[in-house]
Amino acid sequence: MNIVVCVRQVPEVTDAELEINKEGTEILKEDLEMDINEWDNYAVEEAVRIKEEHGGKVTVVTLGDEDCEDVLRTSLAMGADEAILINEEGFELSDAAGIAKGIYRAIRDLSFDLLFTGVQCSDNGWAQVGLILAELLGLPYASLVVGIEINEGTMIVRRELESNTEEKLQIPMPAILTIQTGINSPRYVSIMGIQKVRKIEIRETDSEELGLSEEEIGVKGSHVASQKLSLPPVGEGAEILEGSLDEICEKTAQIVLDKGVI
Amino acid sequence: MEEIVVLAEHRDGELRDITFEMLTIANQLGKENDMAVTALFLGHEASDLSNRLKGACDTILLMEDPELAHYNADHYLMAIETVIKSRNPIVTVIGHTAMGMDLAPVMAARLSLPLVTDCVAVNVVDKKLDVLRQIYGGKINAQLTMKPSDQYLITLRPGSFDAEVEQGKSADTQTVPAPSWTDLKGRQFLGYIEAELKDVDIAAADILVSIGRGIGKPENISLVQDFADSIGATLSCSRPVADEEWLPKSRQVGTSGKTVRPKIYIAFGISGAYQHQAGMKNADTIIAVNTDPRAPIFTIAHYGIVEDMFKVLPLLTEKFAK
Ligand SMILES: Cc1cc2nc3c(=O)[nH]c(=O)nc-3n(C[C@H](O)[C@H](O)[C@H](O)COP(=O)(O)OP(=O)(O)OC[C@H]3O[C@@H](n4cnc5c(N)ncnc54)[C@H](O)[C@@H]3O)c2cc1C
Ligand SMILES: Nc1ncnc2c1ncn2[C@@H]1O[C@H](COP(=O)(O)O)[C@@H](O)[C@H]1O
Repeated sequence: MNIVVCVRQVPEVTDAELEINKEGTEILKEDLEMDINEWDNYAVEEAVRIKEEHGGKVTVVTLGDEDCEDVLRTSLAMGADEAILINEEGFELSDAAGIAKGIYRAIRDLSFDLLFTGVQCSDNGWAQVGLILAELLGLPYASLVVGIEINEGTMIVRRELESNTEEKLQIPMPAILTIQTGINSPRYVSIMGIQKVRKIEIRETDSEELGLSEEEIGVKGSHVASQKLSLPPVGEGAEILEGSLDEICEKTAQIVLDKGVI
Repeated sequence: MEEIVVLAEHRDGELRDITFEMLTIANQLGKENDMAVTALFLGHEASDLSNRLKGACDTILLMEDPELAHYNADHYLMAIETVIKSRNPIVTVIGHTAMGMDLAPVMAARLSLPLVTDCVAVNVVDKKLDVLRQIYGGKINAQLTMKPSDQYLITLRPGSFDAEVEQGKSADTQTVPAPSWTDLKGRQFLGYIEAELKDVDIAAADILVSIGRGIGKPENISLVQDFADSIGATLSCSRPVADEEWLPKSRQVGTSGKTVRPKIYIAFGISGAYQHQAGMKNADTIIAVNTDPRAPIFTIAHYGIVEDMFKVLPLLTEKFAK
């Protein structure tokens, strides 16, 4: 069972104070901590588990710049066997279709039974790349996968729908699945673990080698003409309780008591 | 006249809210730009259901086939391809739902359509499409202008438009024959599974104390439990807490969990992603505690506390102990 997993490096944003450049065209990323996209972490774990049960190998692929080697090392430490880095800054302003095109070129000649991506990336949240890959490769697929059971040449997968409901499907292999969080409990990767895989060679490629021209990637190859970024205004919405911690808690208690449900 | 096509969404004989939300914005765009609104309805023995859209669009296109009884990407893709190729609508609208997320990107790639997913606002200016998206977990707004195109495909975030769609139209129904199913990839629908209701029913609680990833580790939950006990509240959570199995899945609030409407909802360390908001924004009173003043939860909370929850919790528990 050979499995390819697409992983993306994303900035950690929940605790971060985000800043945008003056023109409103770019998010300033220098001070942001980078990490593996949450969904991709589950995808790598799932691939490694399937490999451990059925044999074969796991290949991880990322498209980004050379700093993205980190997500590949993390994935290798989790148990992936091989890694490919599409080291190409030209994709900076690509939309999901452009990114999918780059990944497609890098993996189309690999032989695999399964290809996993995350459901979505936490930064742009397109939720598109895995599905576009399915169409480019002409393979069956399922998105939002929360359960996989592999039989001879086919699998039963569970897709997550709304309101605590799931859908059960049968799909032949090879196939593409986009993995939803919660499908497993990803193993923890220590710095020691990453040290251990530092000698594994990462295969590098770029758009030239993949035969992609400047017209096909970046802003030229994107369907988006321009984007204007802004931070939603603070202070719209909730009344922020002010004062000392004690005063705040006192006010909160009063609000709760005033509702008369206790 | 230019046409906007809305893909109606239904499951198990019920129309989904997103169908009406999409029609609301489609009708608004239609009015502003003099475009006709068409609801595309794929199903099996579904004419009664599709008739419920009569008042809210100009045309209903009804395609019926046993293979369309349940959503299956293989058949839906072929069916929609047939319709789009014959009608060439300027905009096709699909929900950013479990169904639409599964369908739209593949459709866009197959038909070479420019696609923007998860839009919360849409405008058409001189046949050019402008959309608003929320990125970086809702902390940044991105206004996108698409390159000029004869056709666009968009998916709309559930809950972004009014589900009480204005009635007053009276659509004709045109039936469209299903294509012969030739280009299938072997995906088979086997059935739905509904999660059993073990544990408590959070939807029945008057007061919910809800925790998110900000709880940090499972050992911290007892602190929140103490507070919840002091006011007789039930504990609920955001998705990561359930994913980590720190609380059972039945406690998860949101699109893929439960929709709740308690009298009081107190959120600790929850950023307020829209999938979470969708499950709790109709609570009577929402109080949010978060260290990040820019957390999206504060846009829907009634009261906000910008503080470390671990400082707030013990003190708050104490207030009620008295
Ligand atoms: C298809 C799909 C379905 C989904 N369904 C759901 C769903 O049903 N329900 C759901 O909740 N999510 C759902 N999600 C996930 C959703 O997108 C978010 O990832 C999730 O809601 C984030 O949870 P969170 O707010 O707990 O975590 P985070 O976004 O990581 O936020 C943690 C917050 O805690 C704050 N914090 C940290 N430490 C402290 C402290 N000491 N004191 C106070 N605050 C602190 C941080 O500032 C931050 O705002 C779904 C996603 C997808 C793609
Ligand atoms: N630059 C990238 N490199 C590798 N994989 C990616 C990249 N961007 C997106 N993906 C994959 O596609 C999934 C969905 O991303 P998106 O469509 O951008 O929301 C992610 O979870 C990744 O698995």
